[in-house]
Amino acid sequence: MSVASIRNREWVLVGRADDVPLLEGRSVEFDGVRIAVFRLPDGWAAIDHACPHRGGPLGDGIVAERCVTCPLHNQRFSLVSGERQDADGPGVRVYEVRERDGQLELRRPAAFERLETAA
Amino acid sequence: MSLSPFPFAASPTPRVLVVGGGIAGQAVCEQLVDRDCALTLVCGEPHLPYDRVNLGKLLSGASLAGLTLRPDTWYADHGIDVRVSTWITELDPEAGTAGTDKGDVLSFDRAVLCTGSTALVPPLPGVEVPGVHVFRGPEDCERILADAGRAERAAVIGGGLLGLEAAYALASLNVPTTVVHLMDRLMERQLDGDAAALLAPAIEQLGVEVLLEHRTEGVLTDDRGRARALRFAGGTQLDADLIVVAVGIRANTELAREIGLRVERGIVVDDQLRTSAPRVFAVGECAEHRGIVHGIVAPIREQAAIAARTVLDESGSYEGSVPSARLKVMGVELVSAGDAEGEHAVAVRDAVTGTYRKLVLRDGRAAGAVLLGDTRGSDLLLDAIRNAAPVADPLQLLADASQASAADLPDDARVCNCNGICKRAIVEAIRRRGLGSTQEVVAVTRAGAGCGSCKPVVSELLAIEREGAEEEPTYLCPCHKQTREQLAARVRAEELESVSEIGASCGAGRDCGACKPGLAYLVSEVRAGRHREERHARFINDRVHANIQNDGTFSVVPRMRGGVTSADELRRIADVVDKYEIPMVKVTGGQRIDLLGVRKEQLPAIWEELGMPSGHAYAKAVRTVKTCVGTDFCRFGLGNSIKLGIELEEAMEGLYTPHKVKSAVTGCPRNCAEAYVKDIGLVAVEGGWEVYVGGAAGSSVRKGDLLTVVTSPERAKRVALAFLQHYRENAEYLERTYAYVERVGITRVRDTVLGDGQAELIERYRIAKAATDPDPWLERHRPVSAKQFAELDSDPVLVGPPVGGMR
Repeated sequence: MSVASIRNREWVLVGRADDVPLLEGRSVEFDGVRIAVFRLPDGWAAIDHACPHRGGPLGDGIVAERCVTCPLHNQRFSLVSGERQDADGPGVRVYEVRERDGQLELRRPAAFERLETAA
Repeated sequence: MSLSPFPFAASPTPRVLVVGGGIAGQAVCEQLVDRDCALTLVCGEPHLPYDRVNLGKLLSGASLAGLTLRPDTWYADHGIDVRVSTWITELDPEAGTAGTDKGDVLSFDRAVLCTGSTALVPPLPGVEVPGVHVFRGPEDCERILADAGRAERAAVIGGGLLGLEAAYALASLNVPTTVVHLMDRLMERQLDGDAAALLAPAIEQLGVEVLLEHRTEGVLTDDRGRARALRFAGGTQLDADLIVVAVGIRANTELAREIGLRVERGIVVDDQLRTSAPRVFAVGECAEHRGIVHGIVAPIREQAAIAARTVLDESGSYEGSVPSARLKVMGVELVSAGDAEGEHAVAVRDAVTGTYRKLVLRDGRAAGAVLLGDTRGSDLLLDAIRNAAPVADPLQLLADASQASAADLPDDARVCNCNGICKRAIVEAIRRRGLGSTQEVVAVTRAGAGCGSCKPVVSELLAIEREGAEEEPTYLCPCHKQTREQLAARVRAEELESVSEIGASCGAGRDCGACKPGLAYLVSEVRAGRHREERHARFINDRVHANIQNDGTFSVVPRMRGGVTSADELRRIADVVDKYEIPMVKVTGGQRIDLLGVRKEQLPAIWEELGMPSGHAYAKAVRTVKTCVGTDFCRFGLGNSIKLGIELEEAMEGLYTPHKVKSAVTGCPRNCAEAYVKDIGLVAVEGGWEVYVGGAAGSSVRKGDLLTVVTSPERAKRVALAFLQHYRENAEYLERTYAYVERVGITRVRDTVLGDGQAELIERYRIAKAATDPDPWLERHRPVSAKQFAELDSDPVLVGPPVGGMR
């Protein structure tokens, strides 16, 4: 994947859909960081792999229908908005993810630029 | 002496030094904690402040940790400089400095002396010999407990509140106990003659003999110099080899005397709790206010609340307290407050039921009450006495009180005397926070977190707020308010086989997911291992069979039964460490070897090359059975602990449990394998094995309860397995055995595990054991998904074909 294609918000192939079991996550390198991709009962979700608390691997967390819990210290994040759910605190970035012909593809969301500028 | 100028200007935030970490010192800190001041708390005892009021619980098996008033994090969070095992040896009120025995000098703008009291020991011949104790601190309790094991008879000198509580605790340890009292009635300071006459038989019903009007003149010793008997005035004797002296307390005033403060029976304070030195205050059992030294908790809290204002130069005046006492002895309800006697008094007395209720008036106002056997309405009466409420018809008030519910209490009536929490604060917390259980209300408001005697009122207030709805229990799934029992019943009734099916049936586990591992355990336990395993319901540790570390790597602990290994195993471990450049190899506390810093992708290959089965060190499961060398090599060994330990580990391994289960088998009571502090501990003794359960040596430290003593290793193993199964079936998820045993009581555990149900427990254990996976690490050959041990963009390190099957 090229940096240019990521910046241009093109879909980038990151792996096989079959490699992520139901209600589990797996991480992958994308745009210079690790992203955790989750298979939900009705679709897919992708967020930063590293927990903003102490860098715990969110892709290894316990997944419910709309959230994931960090395996290190139980911080909980929405898989829809990326917001922290169990308490106030910084959230995680949400990426766009889709399945095409058994392949998983990631893309930077449009709102991402604004987020980055704000941060 | 002039009060100003105070040197507050020197430091913008006044520095307050609290000397003494008892209930008084803690109460002062609680009051000052959110105020603008810098707090230092100096505790002489080697513990953070604990609830001395409930000291008796230490004799019935509670741990000191359970009595600790606040965790160490509380002090850190509130910026309190707390120092334990530290004594203030000198204090200069003028200079505002205090020296510690550690050689430190602390500066202060205000000092509050909360030095408490020590037990009063009358100067009797023999009172210093081994076997004679006071009942004042945790160390005393330890010594009493140590002696209670071998004591034939105990005597408690002193029939006051403390003496009766000590006697009850001793009797509960199955030591025949006599209370020896100088006066002609028990608790003469709090009770009138009629109440005391009813109290004595009630105490005797608990197995404590009461000996009134006996003046102890000395302690007689045996030929080894240990206490043997009490000698009384008149020449009679009472055999007793364990003696507790509980005749009263003496204020600790040494420091105050040395620095020249005015001291009578206690450190004399004015209505602002100020001593004769203007920058020095005193609160609690060390202080004497208007000629009175209070030795009970409620007045101490009242003093602390006023002192917290006056040390910061705010107005406040302490006018004294109404003394009130509540006997904390199971089966005897007794509350007394204010005057026990007076000309104007009404009473109802029923010698058959042992009930006595009395109200004393002074100048037409409520002045005192004694309630024995039936303490209904005590809060209402206490409130009237505290406020000296006018009473037109005392008999009517007594009658009303017996009908009173918490709803009748005025909003500002104090419900929790220990922590000074009024009804309004409790009700507001319930409403604002939507609290659903007494446990929650206690945790949030701290009402009931002291001696606990007001918990029934707290529950009643909660019931009123919840309009009679039942309290919320402990939920396995809090999102859907489902208890373990409800979910287990649902699994049985609907024959559910998996966490997903539970979720589809009632929603549990679908919202936050936190309870999914608990649901996974539940469905596996209820269905005795014949459930559908879903990895998404398991914590990452149970998906990859290794323990996740703070950097996302994993640790690998192979099984090493009984802590016994071989040169061959050690060689393979060493080879693996070299080949995979494992950053750390560590001997664990469980007598095993831990390989730390392993990447997920390396796990299958490492397991393959180790050729040893999983040690389940990552799971809520049976971990390990530690052993000592026992009769194999040890010259003291009484039992073959290694053999029994290995057999026990083989019998238990692979079973999942509500929380981790650690075990040990030790070959003699020297306890080198630390079996006393394990979830299940077997100790070889002369002629058999002791079985301990519910021990802990983690964040809680608790010696296990002796479940039983058996004559053979086979019996010991059988009892241990029956207990394990009982725990698997009945504990809440994430409830360790020590918490479970404390919650339900060892008696109930004993009834089930040793009773008629034992054979069925063993049968169910066998079924569950037969369904266990003997070694989850074999998933290296048959992973449940292609990337079980990898990420989307990585692959597991190649695992060769199994070499000659399992080694």
